[in-house]
Amino acid sequence: MLDPARARPQPTPETRHFWEGTKAGELRLQRCDACAKVYFPPRPFCPGCASRQVSVFPASGRGTLYSYVIHHRKVPGFTPPYAIAVVQLAEGPRMMSNIVDCPQTPEALELDMELEVAFEKLDDDITLPFFRPAKG
Amino acid sequence: MTPKTVAIVGAAETTRLGVIPDMSQIQLHADAALNAMADAGLKPSDIDGVATAVETPQQIAHYLGITPSWVDGTSVGGCSFMIHVRHAAAAIASGLCKTVLITHGESGRSQVGRPPRAVPPSSLAGQFEQPFGPMGPPSLFPIPVLRYMKTYGVTHEQIAMVSVVQREWAGRNPRATFRDPITVEDVLNSRMIAYPFRLLQCCLVTDGGGALILTAADRAKDFPRKPVYILGTGESVETPMVSQMEDFTTSRAFRVAGPTAFREAGISHADVDHLMIYDAFAHLPLYGLEDLGFVPRGEAGRFIADRNTAPGGKLPVNTNGGGLSYMHSGMYGMYALQESVRQMRGIAPAQIPGARISVCHGVGGMFAASGTIIFGNEAP
Repeated sequence: MLDPARARPQPTPETRHFWEGTKAGELRLQRCDACAKVYFPPRPFCPGCASRQVSVFPASGRGTLYSYVIHHRKVPGFTPPYAIAVVQLAEGPRMMSNIVDCPQTPEALELDMELEVAFEKLDDDITLPFFRPAKG
Repeated sequence: MTPKTVAIVGAAETTRLGVIPDMSQIQLHADAALNAMADAGLKPSDIDGVATAVETPQQIAHYLGITPSWVDGTSVGGCSFMIHVRHAAAAIASGLCKTVLITHGESGRSQVGRPPRAVPPSSLAGQFEQPFGPMGPPSLFPIPVLRYMKTYGVTHEQIAMVSVVQREWAGRNPRATFRDPITVEDVLNSRMIAYPFRLLQCCLVTDGGGALILTAADRAKDFPRKPVYILGTGESVETPMVSQMEDFTTSRAFRVAGPTAFREAGISHADVDHLMIYDAFAHLPLYGLEDLGFVPRGEAGRFIADRNTAPGGKLPVNTNGGGLSYMHSGMYGMYALQESVRQMRGIAPAQIPGARISVCHGVGGMFAASGTIIFGNEAP
């Protein structure tokens, strides 16, 4: 279980599928039925073409390290230094996350390294999507 | 708007800058506003337009005793004041009001009477960024930097030169918070905040404020100060989440606001004598120089390291010392505007001799918003 002092997301009707997905061990994204754009963060219409015909689908969970900082100041629920990363998902969107099972150093955190999703429970309702170096 | 028809006729900062624990945030607005009204020779009853950010126009109008017929509460972060200038110029040009007061006050350091800044946990940032450990701008703003550095082969030493050069400018400014010279080694040995950025690559946290007064250019010559004309303006927003920027090597909001202002002003880059690029963190001048088209993509690091923006360089940038060395209360845009106005009036501490055109470029949030104002000191 993660440190409960960590900032806790509060799902809304438009994002609930995402948080139900992480709880079920799936990284759920949305795809526009009209123009096929895959997008994130969640909303019930396509930010590319405004179509309301969109579908939720489980993403591969694969991505690469797009950019990050290694934060050195104290934040509730975290032990510095820790990386705040942005992951380029294989399906196209990017998302913020933390990189686990990896030293939090510039040497270990190489941009464009292959990553895979790893879920960790924050509490009974919220599971966060993290990423770890891909096992190949 | 009809360009080139509006001018700045009053401009001032708070009497003091830095640590001001004896004033609440709204009083910092008022102190700056009273100074700007004195600068213009105006009373509150002469003002019919009010614009401000974080605090609301009704708070400021009531506090100062103004009855406005036009207000703007655009609050998109530190470049809100550039956007206020743009909106005020359009409002004056179209006859909605005659004389606009724009105020900023921020108890960024002393935190006296400052509303709390919290990210709601149900917002998109609250759900999809906050759980991963950011804590304010120092943790979020530098997130794109490593991608920019890898894309263009920019070095830590080149980016460190941004802080070094701005400290040189600050050394010429008696009101700057930090004035002692620093070296690249000093920057790269300062305390790590959020790798790759260290303390000397992050802005100050201070108290202060500033205010501007705008009116029609044809009235401007009746005021005591040399008028500063608004030649061009631009604005845009991109995303409230830095993780969702289209491209981590460039700001879409910069690329809309900057060129819009240049087109409206009808000037080229070679016409620019003085440039302010809002520098909350050391990478912003790099993005600004490239996104506004002053240098080709990926070359801003070398351009700064080669001292082109330093005292004596061909393009003086952030001549007050910037948010890195002059002052930064949290929303720095007003102070960048004040330095552009001083340069155009010919009264800046580090005055650029003969400067006729100044570009002032702001950012709001973490690449969330942008506003660009182009000033001139000759009647258009």
